[in-house]
Amino acid sequence: MTDALTPMLERVIARAESKGATAADAVAVDYVEGSVRVRLGETEQIQRARQRRVGLRVFFGHRQAMTASGDLRESTLDRLVDDTCAMAQVTAEDPFSGLPDADQIVAGHFEREDLHDPSADGFELAAGATWAKRAEEAAMAVDPRIQNSEGAEFGFSSVKRAFAASGGVQGSYRTSYFSGYVVPVATDEDGMERDWWFSQRRKYADLESAETIGRIAAERTLRRLGAVRAKTCKVPVVFDERLAARLVGYMASALSGYSIYRGASYLRDRLGEQVASDLVTIIDDGTLAGGMGSKPYDGEGLATRRSAVVENGTLNSYMLDTYSGRKLSMQSTGNAARSIGDAPTVSATNLHLQPGEHSPDQLLDGIKDGLYVTELIGFGVNTTTGDYSQGAGGMWIVDGKLSHAVSELTIAGNLLDMFKDIDAVADDLDPNRAVSSPSFRIRELTVAGQ
Amino acid sequence: MDQQTRFFLDAYDLDQSSLSRVLGDALSSKIDYADLYFEHTSFEAVSMEEGLVKKANRSLDQGVGVRAVAGDKTGYAHSDEIDLRQLQAAAKAARVIAEDSASRGPVALEKQPAARDLYRVPNPAIDRPIKDKLALLNRIDEVARAIDPRIKEVHASFATTLKTIAIVNADGEMVGDERPLCRLNVSCIAQDGSERQIGSAGGGGRVPFDWFFESSADAEERFLFWVREAARRALLLLDAKPAPAGTFPVVLGPGWPGILLHEAIGHGLEGDFNRKGTSAFADLMGKQVASPLCTVIDDGTIPNRRGSLNVDDEGTPTQRTTLIKDGILVGYLQDKMNSRLMGVAATGNGRRESYAHIPMPRMTNTFMLAGESEPDDIIKSVDKGIYAVSFGGGQVDITSGKFVFSMNEAYLIEGGEITHPLKGATLIGSGPDVLTKVTHVGNDLGLDQGVGTCGKEGQSVPVGVGLPTILVDGITVGGTA
Repeated sequence: MTDALTPMLERVIARAESKGATAADAVAVDYVEGSVRVRLGETEQIQRARQRRVGLRVFFGHRQAMTASGDLRESTLDRLVDDTCAMAQVTAEDPFSGLPDADQIVAGHFEREDLHDPSADGFELAAGATWAKRAEEAAMAVDPRIQNSEGAEFGFSSVKRAFAASGGVQGSYRTSYFSGYVVPVATDEDGMERDWWFSQRRKYADLESAETIGRIAAERTLRRLGAVRAKTCKVPVVFDERLAARLVGYMASALSGYSIYRGASYLRDRLGEQVASDLVTIIDDGTLAGGMGSKPYDGEGLATRRSAVVENGTLNSYMLDTYSGRKLSMQSTGNAARSIGDAPTVSATNLHLQPGEHSPDQLLDGIKDGLYVTELIGFGVNTTTGDYSQGAGGMWIVDGKLSHAVSELTIAGNLLDMFKDIDAVADDLDPNRAVSSPSFRIRELTVAGQ
Repeated sequence: MDQQTRFFLDAYDLDQSSLSRVLGDALSSKIDYADLYFEHTSFEAVSMEEGLVKKANRSLDQGVGVRAVAGDKTGYAHSDEIDLRQLQAAAKAARVIAEDSASRGPVALEKQPAARDLYRVPNPAIDRPIKDKLALLNRIDEVARAIDPRIKEVHASFATTLKTIAIVNADGEMVGDERPLCRLNVSCIAQDGSERQIGSAGGGGRVPFDWFFESSADAEERFLFWVREAARRALLLLDAKPAPAGTFPVVLGPGWPGILLHEAIGHGLEGDFNRKGTSAFADLMGKQVASPLCTVIDDGTIPNRRGSLNVDDEGTPTQRTTLIKDGILVGYLQDKMNSRLMGVAATGNGRRESYAHIPMPRMTNTFMLAGESEPDDIIKSVDKGIYAVSFGGGQVDITSGKFVFSMNEAYLIEGGEITHPLKGATLIGSGPDVLTKVTHVGNDLGLDQGVGTCGKEGQSVPVGVGLPTILVDGITVGGTA
């Protein structure tokens, strides 16, 4: 792939080195994106853009500084490189900082057909508007109690990423995504509720049908109507797959090497220990064909990989980049993520809790009184201690069946206990999401209501 | 023409008559309104952990957004290249929304809103030498570790932006603004045996760097307050007990607990949700939505506050808007499009994260006016309940009205006395209902320290909140005990 980004990166690295930098790496993105929103059958909003941005990290020995710019004019970049070199010389010497060892780098120019849909580059939004109109129509046709909508939106992007580092390292690859969602609003005599559903894929042809997404969004919204409060109690709690994935995401942030070495994780010092029920195996797979979290190399140019982070409940590994790995005397796990203009951080690639054997309905079996969670709101998760408390809504379970909607309640516990208390995992994993999980059941949680 | 508008014309080789023509390109017979939003933002951040300033970042972003509005439809195109060719292309792309091919002639640009000056900072923090910022972080580390041997780790960061904008619109206005913003954050991890807890504090505003060193109320340099707060909270949590589960009377302390208003009331009163009828507050105008003790204000004009603006991101001067007066809903927050569609005046609340975003109604600084109760008497009036003085984030479902906010410093009240500290927990309530349960409003209105960021539809903007001590007679507390 020939493009203008790589020569620009090579030039800024050369300039940094000429100013005395001992090493540098640089990243750039060039993307086009567009979106269209339809509400009540009419196109409400159209957006289109092209953006480019470049980021540079320089080292003076073990001192580092970063910069980013959306102004790619040569004179601006030269000034930024010079400023960054000056900044690096006053930051602290950190013996763990630096580029990865050269023999670990796998970055190169990749053309990954599974990650990029060529149609994303010149995509016509008219097709997107049609998808959104159909999704909203489908949602509103489900039930007369749906008379309003926050709209349906279709979006796409096509992103070219380039990478370069001292020593002639070069890399590039392209990704794309297409997404659509709809937010119906349902009303009855008790009040108004909304919910939503979506689809997101690398390729346009793989996007789920607008009718399916609209129907699911409508069903999710309708079942929230008539919600009542619940009594404060301790009961079994079933998380639907979307919210089970949220819990997996919270665990992922406690597994980041940065949380671990800072002592800000409830999973520190627990390698090899049981941190979840033996029904729980969580795999991070950056190599998954077509995965929303897949990439040919990570934010430092290292290979992504497939690894069982948690296997049958035992913590096998943390997620690391080069720096957090060095801090912990470990090797990077290829989990470096890179936002333009910052040092690498750690993020999961495709992090999937592996499916179990039950159908989602079977998770309800044997529950006399319990909660089925279809909504979580708020930020009450402390990854340092594992303490967990979030707002929730969903359906009350009576004698193994969904009975009625409940809202304005909270669920609380501790992430370590919660994952250990998972006593059933369903088979409904959606592998098309980056962080994903099947529905699962937790033996008991505190529900606060009236 | 103001200095900021002049900056963009000079820096990017544009002139007023070409902007008049670009606006004309964005307009057609079916387009009601169009604007150009120019932005140039410098950002700098330094951060310290393990006693080392490990990172320094600097970045530069620039771009222009072109918007065309027809009724309730918006077309938007933006570019990181600011030049006439890109502007013309963006104007045509934005105009597509009206499905009308004929453009209008040039727009006369002759109006300029009266100049405001809510945050004049002659020497913005971004221009201070980086060594001054490193010295601040080093002092924070030293002070925090000296507070108590149980403080094992200190994480501090200082971030500052300088955003210059100019808006040129179809009303014939050209208006610019220069917006400095600083934020200091301190986190401490305390350890006692195997128990580890994290405590955080911070502050800032549209202020110069020296502001952090000015004497504050307790006659010490202002930044020291946040260092001590972060350490105090981490140590306090080492002794905290699990919060209870269930519905209890909750006393909210002054200042940052005003996030209650932001989540429970503020978002639901944004004009877009009410125009579309998707807010739990739609159709409640003129009705009782709070106890008569409650008057709630949104005010973008408080000097140097994080949520303040001279003009909003559509060029409308900000104002002080009463949302709830003595318990009655009297006002919504409006941008230009929603105010036009609802037939009311814009309130200077049209905000956007950057040139890459469409403006929409957003809060600025949202707070409740002081009442008459003594804060101590309010606590004494509670037999069994919670006293919550600091919070993490919050969130709301504007349609059902359900909102949450998570306390991170709270105490149990037993027999009118504060007895012991509680671990964090989420509170959940219903927006149109919660303020009707306010039974006391204190005389101690405080504004927050300047760390709030509000997210809506993927856009983040800085905001402020404020509250006097209040008693809410029943909020659901999401503890485990």
